[in-house]
Amino acid sequence: MKVYLDNNATTMCDPKVVKAMEPFFSEIYGNPNSLHKYGTAPHPAITKAIDQVYTAINAADADDVIFTSCATESNNWVLQSVWVDHVLNGDKNHIVTTEVEHPSILSTCKFLEDQGVKVTYLPVNEQGVVEAHTVKSFITDKTALVSIMWASNETGMINPIDEIGQICKEKGVLFHSDAVQAVGKIPVDLQATHVDFISFSAHKFHGPKGVGALYIKNSQALSPMLHGGEHMGGRRSGTLNVPFIVGMGEAMELATKDIQATMSKIRAKRDRLEDALVELHDTFVVGDRQNRTPNTILISIKGVEGEGMLWDLNNGQIGASTGSACASADLEANTVMLAIGADNELAHTGIRLSLSRFTTDEEIEYTINHFKEAVARLRMISSSFAKQAPTKGGEVQECELHHH
Amino acid sequence: MAKADVLGESLWDAYSNKVTTLMNNPQHQGEIFDAEAEEHGNKLIVADFGAESCGDAVRLYWEIDPKNDKIVNSKFKSFGCGTAIASSDVMTELCIGKTVQEAVKITNIDVELALRDDPETPAVPPQKMHCSVMAYDVIKKAAGLYMGVDAESFEEEIIVCECARVSLGTLQEVIKLNDLKTVEEITDYTKAGGFCKSCIKPGGHEAREWYLVDILADTRKEMDTEKMKAAADAMAAGGGNFEEMTLVQQIKAVDAVIDDSVRQFLIMDGGDVEIIDIKKNERTIDIYIRYLGACGSCESSSTGTLYAIESTLQEKLSDKIKVLPI
Repeated sequence: MKVYLDNNATTMCDPKVVKAMEPFFSEIYGNPNSLHKYGTAPHPAITKAIDQVYTAINAADADDVIFTSCATESNNWVLQSVWVDHVLNGDKNHIVTTEVEHPSILSTCKFLEDQGVKVTYLPVNEQGVVEAHTVKSFITDKTALVSIMWASNETGMINPIDEIGQICKEKGVLFHSDAVQAVGKIPVDLQATHVDFISFSAHKFHGPKGVGALYIKNSQALSPMLHGGEHMGGRRSGTLNVPFIVGMGEAMELATKDIQATMSKIRAKRDRLEDALVELHDTFVVGDRQNRTPNTILISIKGVEGEGMLWDLNNGQIGASTGSACASADLEANTVMLAIGADNELAHTGIRLSLSRFTTDEEIEYTINHFKEAVARLRMISSSFAKQAPTKGGEVQECELHHH
Repeated sequence: MAKADVLGESLWDAYSNKVTTLMNNPQHQGEIFDAEAEEHGNKLIVADFGAESCGDAVRLYWEIDPKNDKIVNSKFKSFGCGTAIASSDVMTELCIGKTVQEAVKITNIDVELALRDDPETPAVPPQKMHCSVMAYDVIKKAAGLYMGVDAESFEEEIIVCECARVSLGTLQEVIKLNDLKTVEEITDYTKAGGFCKSCIKPGGHEAREWYLVDILADTRKEMDTEKMKAAADAMAAGGGNFEEMTLVQQIKAVDAVIDDSVRQFLIMDGGDVEIIDIKKNERTIDIYIRYLGACGSCESSSTGTLYAIESTLQEKLSDKIKVLPI
């Protein structure tokens, strides 16, 4: 059996989505900006996709949803254009974000710091959640933007976006949320929650890779990042990626139309898996289940190094993920695990399992069995559970390798 | 970046079959207990290196025959990724049958070589070389415990890059001999810094005592000083190429010659001379001087003395020199 449990990284494109996209490659291929019939032919499908997207996040007609190439582009756009509009051409010089954002936020913030912008990286609590009062206390009259992820890709933990939105509204500060892990997984209602900008990406909810969007409340000003042919009202130039926009609309509708029912089905499987895995001694799962995206588990297994565990899972045809030491190119500890205050030890033992609406009960059962076998094997090899004590003087006094 | 890096290689695909096989089925995983060693009349040494909090930890067990210091059995326990487990496994394999004195000579390079499928292809991708270093460190620690000496004492030189085992001395020598100017060049020549990259600059995978950027800067500085010193020595000996010297060097060289051969005679007559400027022309190098004290009014200052200064400088430095009093 093959089990894909890395749906926070990317998802399978729903065959229904692929089918909706198909006509727009070789049959209906006109440039929507052209005046002729070829150009207008895809208009109904694009209009439908726009409706699907607006409906899925309950955006108002006065709001803009601009299609981009991915959420990384959307995140870069907001941060860099707020810098241009409010720092270079305004009197602000400060951005508030968190330590646990996606690299497309953190690296852009580092870039802006190099340009002279002050950036505050807020800590998260032991639940992996940023607290609203912390956000409030760091906003100053120089703050141009608050950027806080809706839900964490690593832990699945959901931030208090409603509260933070209210705080930003009261303080008159722009508020952006990277909603990549929220849209399609949990209800996102932008008429109920105050957010100026949100970023999201189709491939996280069974749409195609290479298309995302930026929501802009009330069509407010934000300098474009891509200049060119005045597409999408001049907000983001580049010929409309018609098949992918159609696919994104379809994927969003499929993911959100019965979201409560879909969520509870995924949650039941996730909880079944989680309950079974925490039966293993010396394990813990990060964050309260009730405040977590219903598909995510970040579990720490004492004595089992993350990449070693991934290896054994992979041998069993199970695809999972770890942000910990050996697996990432830079060999660092899982920064999210460190940020929630987990011991250094645990930062190297995290395994993330993320389900989707396509995950089956059989796959869950198979995963439970294989996971337990892998833990047993690796704990047998592990020095963490060795019985014979080291020779006097042979102990490790402190970490001899120094991580940062 | 280049074409090969557009996608980048998958970490695990770069492992040798041996790494994969040993990770899936380590041969020497396990423990040796005191009672067992005692029963055989042997000595048990157990050494730890690394820790869970570092992301890598290994415990090495040696059962040693005290009569001949031979490691008769060896096992390991490891908290780590696939390459860490495979490296530990091969390390114990290499230890068995050797004396402690022989085992301590096993380096991480030997461990990595033993993991290769064919001698030409690395067993692990560059960022994983680091895993085999732990094997080297824990062997030294175990040997130190057995021999009652500090593990550091086995290190004969300062190792800057542990992955490629390149010493400080080697680096300084290679930089000097090949006139290396960048860290990339150092990596090309020595492989240092080509693996886990911790030794390149502070802020990498682990903190180091020595960094390539500092060694490069210090060695370059030393080279510059040496060059200056050589030029100065050449000047003093009159052997330097005057025409290619910088202006400051030329002034110093002229001053040195005047100091050596002329000034004493002028001072005896109550005068002196100072160099005002040096101008390089197409055919001549004009040295402007000013007489001081008694020389200013001395008749021979524009004839005999001037000729003496000019010919001395021509002889010692360059025949293009013309001396012009102002």
